[in-house]
Order: sequence, then structure tokens, then C-alpha cells
Amino acid sequence: MRTAVRTFGPLVAIAALAVLLLVVAPAVLSPFRLNNLGKYCCWAIAAVGIGLAWGRGGMLVMGQGVFFGIGGYAMAMHLKLEAAGPEGVPDFMMLYGDGTMPVWWEPFRSGAFTLFAIVALPAVAAAILGYAIFKRRVKGAYFAILTQALAVVFATLLIATIQETGGFNGLNQFTFFFGYNLYDPVNKKMVYSIAAALLIGCLVVVWQLYRSRFGELLVATRDAEERVRFLGHDPANVKLAAFVIAAVMASIGGAMFAPIAGIISPSDVDATASIFLIAGVALGGRALLLGPALGALAVGYGRSSLSESFPDQWTYFLGALFIVVILLFPAGLGSAFGRAAALVPLPRRKETTS
Amino acid sequence: MKLDHATPDEVGLDYLEIRDLTVQFDGFTAVDAVDLTLIQGRVHFLIGPNGAGKTTLVDAVTGLVPATGQARYRNQNLLAMRSHRIVRAGIGRTFQTATVFEQLSVLQNLDIAGGVHRSPFALLRARRGVPSYVADALETVGLADLRDKPAGVLAHGQKQWLEIGMLLVQDAKVMLLDEPVAGMSAEEREETGALLQRIGKERTIVVIEHDMDFVRSFADVVTVLHAGKVLTEGTVAEIQASPEVQEIYLGRIVEGVVEEGADHA
Ligand SMILES: Nc1ncnc2c1ncn2[C@@H]1O[C@H](COP(=O)(O)OP(=O)(O)O)[C@@H](O)[C@H]1O
Ligand SMILES: [Mg+2]
Repeated sequence: MRTAVRTFGPLVAIAALAVLLLVVAPAVLSPFRLNNLGKYCCWAIAAVGIGLAWGRGGMLVMGQGVFFGIGGYAMAMHLKLEAAGPEGVPDFMMLYGDGTMPVWWEPFRSGAFTLFAIVALPAVAAAILGYAIFKRRVKGAYFAILTQALAVVFATLLIATIQETGGFNGLNQFTFFFGYNLYDPVNKKMVYSIAAALLIGCLVVVWQLYRSRFGELLVATRDAEERVRFLGHDPANVKLAAFVIAAVMASIGGAMFAPIAGIISPSDVDATASIFLIAGVALGGRALLLGPALGALAVGYGRSSLSESFPDQWTYFLGALFIVVILLFPAGLGSAFGRAAALVPLPRRKETTS
Repeated sequence: MKLDHATPDEVGLDYLEIRDLTVQFDGFTAVDAVDLTLIQGRVHFLIGPNGAGKTTLVDAVTGLVPATGQARYRNQNLLAMRSHRIVRAGIGRTFQTATVFEQLSVLQNLDIAGGVHRSPFALLRARRGVPSYVADALETVGLADLRDKPAGVLAHGQKQWLEIGMLLVQDAKVMLLDEPVAGMSAEEREETGALLQRIGKERTIVVIEHDMDFVRSFADVVTVLHAGKVLTEGTVAEIQASPEVQEIYLGRIVEGVVEEGADHA
């Protein structure tokens, strides 16, 4: 009985979140708010991956914006080409260049290729990068700095290539999403629902990973990497697997972000954006199943509402909140709830309610 | 137990052969041209004063420190292999300070050691029930009553047994145990010795130990290491009769100068 609760309790929580996001939210929120929630869901998808890599794997991935960007730009390229029509060239290329399209844009005309690329590109990039990093046993602060530097390089590269990637402005003005007109509110709702469903899907994936033997091995690697070697595992491979999955999740989040936000630009994928992703995870509780996703949703919401009320000072508020939470609850707000619940013994809780 | 003329191969036994093994740290030779043949079915003891190079020898064979010379097991040169490959080749070790996963339960610790038998795909499934090899190891090391306790709450001796259990789950054919009975009570030592003899029949067991009573009771073969070199090798009686050993090592023990585990890891 108790083991059933432990195993399937989290599934119930995920199901509750699914009902909230997929049934309640579309019914009660205005199209504008729903679209905003869609953006938070995209960040939350990336955050779920960060929870896996950082919370369970101990890898402080400070450059997830890179993978978010790979997915986001891959999707945005497809949407630009869809907007340009068959044989068409994206508008900004006429504006900033001579109107010829780089050859590597060409395959993104295909929707199927784009979907494949959204998963395969970050997986390959993370595998190569992770292999180089983990086999050399780079870890801790060095790992964090290295990934952060990658985000800086990535954003700088995007800004410098205005003719190929839209530069500082990024890619925007999408009209169609796989044939669906994005100006139609019904279609916007559908795109939101896809993002929310993908978030739920990612949560189910990590739920299974956390309860699997791989999940146990990942935590063991986080806590005692050298000991794991003497169980016959190369810790580099264990970490690599988590890093690649986290990268793919970030990419999926980015891919859905482009049509929902209507834009993907270097500021969505740079070092600051990467830190925003981390902030949500830290806030919610990095090692918990739902902590990263709920934290990212909360940070996204806080970002929007604070920036509406205090356009100039909102980053300070968010920064202060972050500092307070980290000082008081180093393992995240979610862990504080867990601790509070543990303080109240079950029988007594019954007494107070009756 | 002497294999006078026959080689281990001829009698069909498993063995680990170390030849001319040398480990240097910045010009300091910690292990100096050691030759050692460790044969299946015997409990080998490696003794010698603190700093003699016992731990370093085991480190070299398990890929923790670079070494020159040879360490061959089933036609593989261990010195060219990385630690996790050496483990997969069937060579397991424990450390001077027990290194179990404190947060995981006894059962989970044993189960996680079974990873060597699982495909990457099988790792994606949750644990269901207790695999028979885990249940067997749990019985063998006598921790069945504690299976659901977190390993962190175990007594020192129980942690060492758990580590030996993990080696059983790994199905290590060669077990290199670095001071497993240090800090154990007399009864715990007895139990550990009996355990080693029980599991030692189809395995090659190497124990690093200081305590001469324990060595006397359970050693089949003893190798004395001193300043990185093999001083002598033989049965307990032979070792005790050796004047060199008495002078350099046993003499100190007789005088009661036994190291209190204040050792380099
Ligand atoms: N990583 C290291 N770097 C430098 N010297 C070391 C290192 N490890 C061990 N030593 C030295 O090698 C010698 C043998 O150490 P060790 O193998 O731990 O001895 P034992 O286990 O027999 O007590 C000691 O003098 C020790 O100081
Ligand atoms: Mg030692």
C-alpha cells in the first residue's frame, strides 16, 4: 500500500497538473494569458531536463539556452520558410542580404526534417560536448562556467550572423504552424495545448527515469562518482545520458517557444536566459519531480506580472526573491513544503481536521 | 596447498599474475618490482608495516594509479585498462574506509552492484522484486534482517560485510579487500574470516591486514611487503619463522607497535 503511494502518488500529481494545464487553463484564461502560460510551459520543459541533469545528476548546466536555442531556431527557420511559401526566401534575407538563402536552411522547408532536427541536433551536440567534458572529468564549477561560456558564444554568434539568423532581432513574424494559421485564436490554443502536453510528457519521462535503476545509478554517480567506477560503470556515460536527455528537453521547449512567443532571438537563448531557466529549477526544488516545472512556471509568471507592474525594477524583485529562497531553502521551495508535511504526523493531522 | 611443479593453468585454476609491478610517485617508488601470483581457492594475505605499499599495489591493479610492469588476468593486461573495465573483467575491491551508498538501503546497495549484469535498456526499468543473486548475497553476508535499513546507519563492520556482499553481486572472481576487519570486534573478525573462507572456494581473495591473530587464523598464503618490495612469501608458519620478517615487521608487532589505522587512503 505504502509502496503503491510512493510509486504512483507522483503520477497522480502529474495528472492533476495535466488537468490544470490542459482543461482548466484553456477554459478560464484569456487568449493573451493562455499564450503567456504557453511560454512558461516551454521554459518548464527545459527546466524538467535541468532537474534531471542538475538535481539528480549534479551537473550545474548553466548553458541550457544553447539547446533551447537549437530547437527554437530550428522551428523558427521552418516557420519562416513556411511563411515565405514554396521556393520563397525569408524576408529578412532580402532586407539584410542579397536575397540568397544559405544552403543549410534548405532542409528546414520540410516539417518532418525540422521535427527530426529538433530532437537529433541537440542530442548529437550534447553527446559530442558531453563526451569531451565528462571523459576529461571536468566537473563542478568548471563545468558550470564552461556551459555558461557556451551560451555566451552561441548568442554572440547569432548576433554576428544577421544575414543567416536574423542577428540581434532573431526570427519572427511567423504566419503558419504546420499549415495552421497562427492568427486564428483556435490554432493558438492548439499550439498552447501541444506545449502543455509536451511538458506533461517530459514529466512522465523523468518520473520513469527517477524510479528506474538508471535513476538510482545517476544519484549514486552524483553522490560518489569514484565509487560508481568500482561498480563497473563509467560515470562519464551515466552523466552523458542525463545531459543528452536534458538537452533534448530544452530543445523541445525552445521549439514550442518560437510559435507561441512569435519570436526567437539571441536574448531568449543567451547566458541570462540560461540563468532564468536555472532560477526556476532552484526555486522549485531541483531534485524533486515537480519542483523544476512548477518553479519555472512560477518564475515565468512572476516575470510577466512584475514586468507589467514595475517595468524598470522587476528584475531586482526577482533577484531578491531568488536570494531569499536560496538562503532559506537551499533545496528549493518544494522541499520546504515536503519538510513541513513531514513535521506534521499523519494521525494528528486527522485530529485537527475532524 | 603448494602447487609445487604444476602451473595454475595445468590444474585448471583461475589466477591473477603480477610481474615486476612498479608504482612511482614523483620519483618515490611506492611499489618496487613486485612479483605475485594470486591463485583461486586461497585466501591470500598481504601484510606489512604502514606505508609498505599494500594499498598502492591494489590501486595499481584496479586502475587507480598508473604503474609499469604487468598484471595479467585471463589474458588481459589490467594495467592498460580503466577501472570500470577491470571491474567488468571480474576484479572487485573494497576500500580502507567503507564506501557504501549511505542514503540507499542495504538492499538497494546490493542491487545497484548488479548493474554489471544489466543492459543499458534494462537500466531504464524500475526495480521489481529482489533478483536471486541479490537475495543470495544478502543471506551470505548475513544482513537479511537489515535489508531495508539505510546503509548509513549500519555499524562499521556491517558496512564492510555489505561491501563484500556487493562484490558477490558483482560476481567478482578476484576480491581485493583493503583492511576489511580494521576496527572490528573479535567476534566480527571471526565472522568475517569464516565468511571469506566460505566464499573463497571459487574465488581469489586477497586481504590486506595488520592483525596477526587474524592472519594466523585465516590465511592460506601470506606475502610480506616492506618498503614497496616483497620481503617474503609463504604459509603463516613459514612467515613467522623468517628472521627478516621478525626483525622488520613481526618484531614491531610483538612490541605492540601496531598501526591504529592512521594510514594513507
Ligand atoms: N597518491 C600518492 N602520492 C604520493 N605518495 C603516495 C600516494 N599514495 C601513497 N603514497 C605513498 O606511498 C607509500 C605507500 O602507501 P600505501 O600503499 O598507502 O601503504 P600501505 O597501504 O601499505 O600502508 C607511502 O609512503 C605513501 O606515503
Ligand atoms: Mg593502506
